[in-house]
Amino acid sequence: MSQPRRFTETALILAWRNLHNFYTSPALIIPALLFPLFFFTAFAGGLSNVENVPGFDFPNGYTAFQFGFVLMQSAAFGGVFTGFGIARDFESGFSRRIMLATPHRTAMLAGYAISSFVRAVVVGAMLFAIALAVGMDYSGGVLDTVGLVALALGVNMLALLFASGVAFRFRTIQAGPLMQTPVFMVLFLTPVYVPQALLHGWIESVAAVNPLTFVIESGRSFIAGVPEELLLAFGFGAVAALVLAIWSLTGLRKAEQAGG
Amino acid sequence: MNRPSTFDQTREVARRSVLATIRQPAQWAPALIFPLFLVAVNSGGLNAATKIPGFPTDSYLTFALAIPFMQAGIFSLLNAGTDLARDIEDGFLDRMALTPISRSALLTGELAGVVVQGFMFGAIFLAVGLAAGADFESGAVGVLLLLALASAITLALGCVGIFVAARIGSSEAVQGLFPLFFMFLFFSSMAMPRPLIEQDWFRAVATANPISYLIEGVRGLFISGVDGEQLALAFGICAAITVIFMFGATRALSARLGR
Repeated sequence: MSQPRRFTETALILAWRNLHNFYTSPALIIPALLFPLFFFTAFAGGLSNVENVPGFDFPNGYTAFQFGFVLMQSAAFGGVFTGFGIARDFESGFSRRIMLATPHRTAMLAGYAISSFVRAVVVGAMLFAIALAVGMDYSGGVLDTVGLVALALGVNMLALLFASGVAFRFRTIQAGPLMQTPVFMVLFLTPVYVPQALLHGWIESVAAVNPLTFVIESGRSFIAGVPEELLLAFGFGAVAALVLAIWSLTGLRKAEQAGG
Repeated sequence: MNRPSTFDQTREVARRSVLATIRQPAQWAPALIFPLFLVAVNSGGLNAATKIPGFPTDSYLTFALAIPFMQAGIFSLLNAGTDLARDIEDGFLDRMALTPISRSALLTGELAGVVVQGFMFGAIFLAVGLAAGADFESGAVGVLLLLALASAITLALGCVGIFVAARIGSSEAVQGLFPLFFMFLFFSSMAMPRPLIEQDWFRAVATANPISYLIEGVRGLFISGVDGEQLALAFGICAAITVIFMFGATRALSARLGR
């Protein structure tokens, strides 16, 4: 069997195993589906009056405004939860066996990435359907939707690369807070509830320099059908992907040196 | 040998519970840091909401300061429940069953740590809030009422935690309560006063949600001064939760200890 085929096979087997575990385990799938929905209904339902604040200028209303954030948040947490899965595989000894079985250890990362993408697509599609069903005003065309999905998958990949780097280094689920907390904090240091111009105090300054702000605002602009800040959003994504890929791969090397 | 009084028994278990809480920063630190981080983010992020006509204050920080009290309460639920579940899992409770200690002393003692934590965190949240520029309209009496309510909230939610622990005996099951109570918190008047919630269904859920009245009890002390009705509701709900779940926990523990 040729080496590339073995790489692909390893990646696909790992992805299938992860997805199988995910979709057959209620403890994993229920929170993954319910949490984004819960955030979406809590934010869009409880805070809808915020669209009446003077200066709130998002044209598609508060439900669509919040959808832009919750979609990115669910994509990010899809990546983080895949990181939890990596840590669990190390704890259970599964990763050690995979490392013994394949010469292509980067195929492990590729497998986890595939499963993370599939999870993000499924959760995102469910969120999209529910948002449209409850009357979200969506003005994006086909290209805007492609751009929005690309942004969400990009966020998913960045979160996965970060979380996998932590998981490869610590190889225990006890490192969960180290994967989750930074992602949570970076997400909430963006214009979550109101547009950037309506932020107040220290959060205004922090959000202005938080690169994820461009991603969130760019996602919202796709929803409104008037794409903005694309260069900043995708440019940041590309640079962050490079840095986090190095973080993840060096973590994988450390895991190899430790023998899984 | 004389059998120790219930008070002595409670005091010993309480001492163990308080020390266990103090010695585990991993348990109490998130309950302190996470709510303060969120209130800092939300007060800047949602300050514009104070411009909505009818909003009760011009400072979202003052409005949002009630939320950490509830989040700390939820953490106390987890901590109290996890402590008891761990005592069940590692056999501590079985050893206690061989002694003449009363069930109520055991449970009351187990809750002491979270009540102390609730009191301390209440004082810290108030101090941090005032230092950050929040208003507090209730004066010195209000401070005492606030700390009493913070303790009552942690006690009430702690009772829910020990009920689940005594009933199921698994720390994992107790941890599973976190998302559930987070949902209670989010579907309350946490982020917006109830009359200003636009969506009818959300306002109805928030009105039926007892957590709304606990938040409003704390919030009233910051925004409008001592309001007897609001406080009576908040303390009343805390008392009801405490009595119901303490009773349930005592029965569950009786069944578990076989006496």
